[in-house]
Amino acid sequence: MERELRLMKGNEAVAEAAIRAGADGYFGYPITPQSEILEYLMEANPYQTTGMVVLQAESEVAAINMVYGGAACGKKVLTTSSSPGISLMQEGISYIAGAELPCLVVNVVRGGPGLGTIQPAQSDYFQAVKGGGHGDYHLIVLAPSSVQEMADFVGLGFDLAFKYRNPVMILSDGAIGQMMEKVWLSPYRERSKTVPDWATTGKLPSRQRNIITSLELNPERQEEFNRKLINKYNEIKEKEVRYEEFQCEDAEYLFVAYGTSARVCQKSVQIARNEGLKAGLLRPVTLFPFPSERIGTLSGRAKIILSVEMSSGQMLEDVLLSVNGEVPVYHFGRMGGIVTTPEEVVDFLKLKIMGG
Amino acid sequence: MTEEIIIAGFGGQGVLSMGKIMAYSGVMQDMEVSWMPSYGPEMRGGTANVTVILSSERISSPIIRQFDTAIILNQQSLDKFENSLKPGGMLIYDGNGISRHPERRDINVYRVDATEEAGRMKSPRTFNMIVLGAYLKIKPLIKIENVIEGLKKSLPERYHNLIPLNEKALNRGMEIITRISL
Repeated sequence: MERELRLMKGNEAVAEAAIRAGADGYFGYPITPQSEILEYLMEANPYQTTGMVVLQAESEVAAINMVYGGAACGKKVLTTSSSPGISLMQEGISYIAGAELPCLVVNVVRGGPGLGTIQPAQSDYFQAVKGGGHGDYHLIVLAPSSVQEMADFVGLGFDLAFKYRNPVMILSDGAIGQMMEKVWLSPYRERSKTVPDWATTGKLPSRQRNIITSLELNPERQEEFNRKLINKYNEIKEKEVRYEEFQCEDAEYLFVAYGTSARVCQKSVQIARNEGLKAGLLRPVTLFPFPSERIGTLSGRAKIILSVEMSSGQMLEDVLLSVNGEVPVYHFGRMGGIVTTPEEVVDFLKLKIMGG
Repeated sequence: MTEEIIIAGFGGQGVLSMGKIMAYSGVMQDMEVSWMPSYGPEMRGGTANVTVILSSERISSPIIRQFDTAIILNQQSLDKFENSLKPGGMLIYDGNGISRHPERRDINVYRVDATEEAGRMKSPRTFNMIVLGAYLKIKPLIKIENVIEGLKKSLPERYHNLIPLNEKALNRGMEIITRISL
């Protein structure tokens, strides 16, 4: 089947891509700036066509636990929310990680802390990447920087989730959720007729009982499980790092930015180059696993590295670890729902070049 | 070719939908497009604006502060965005309700009295198409037939009978736009 061209909001692209990825169920609760996802799915009513269940839960806590239940049955399920709602979901996310279940969680980030603002921000990086819930776990975190990637990462996210039996988060923001761009939609994938062999679908005489739980009271067995998770995360770090580079070949000034900030920085690179500054951009596509090695390599040529993010400097810490003190690393970015402008980034770079 | 446009006015004037029609029309013409609204607690009577970028190349930042064109539909928006135009940029405004007219001399200023004209045509809702027609007269980046295709894409089917009226409004806008010399 041919791919289909549409003009869509990032949020709508997530919803349409979920139907096309063959999702079995969506459970969510509305919150700005991502309510279009639930609205789109309700209107599309995919239950009539693919059989996908779309349900507005009574709260975010309920939604993530419905995801937990659906995932335990081996189904392809997702939820979406924005920052305050994602905070409510953290207990469930930790349980899902602890039970080693696949699912997709989309966070269309708005400014915080607390209720904060409904405008775009990137201030949930720590929560997404370092484990927002309790216990030693990681999500695989994908950071789309276009409406196209909002759509593409739904299918990719499900694939990675099932491959590693691990929850995947798409960490987006209000700007990408609300903006419209061209998007090529993938053909429809049929909903799976089978479930993985670990799924809890009723015990058959032919096999042992399948048990899905995150509870293990025997410390030795729990430690063994923790080691198993570490091995899994190490395998993910080895195989799943994704990034994109813009004019990094000869870059003396390297921007590291993801999502909306990466789009802004593409323009900053153009502006800086027009002024004779050899700037480049490394855009992490996966935030966990983080492209540390590549940033370390590029830092060999760099004089200054800027971590550009709409937060007080969170990814900055991972950039610092990647660079290991070899090159000066600074943070730049607006907060509170203000999107950084390309010119501001260049002005800040120039300030740092002057030693400011 | 890259054209960076801000459209700003009151909520309810059709600011966002005008941007949407531009974006759809751009797609019909095989351009790269982005449509970035100011979303927020705005409502009818509040201010609304949208950034539209049309380009022959991949679009970098969808969020910009300097524009090639500003389409200004009320006084607040004129006060806010007049200084956001690049030198040599184009400002189109509707004179309705404007008490302080544009003052910059390094930009090209045009006036289209679309509110008045829409009233004369007895179809206030075609207001934004009059403005769009006026814009396309000065910057014919998109062919009218592609705008019509864009309208078909962005309007629900039940409103397709209104397309001839919208086409008339586009043409009217092209006729009534005037250049203001400062």
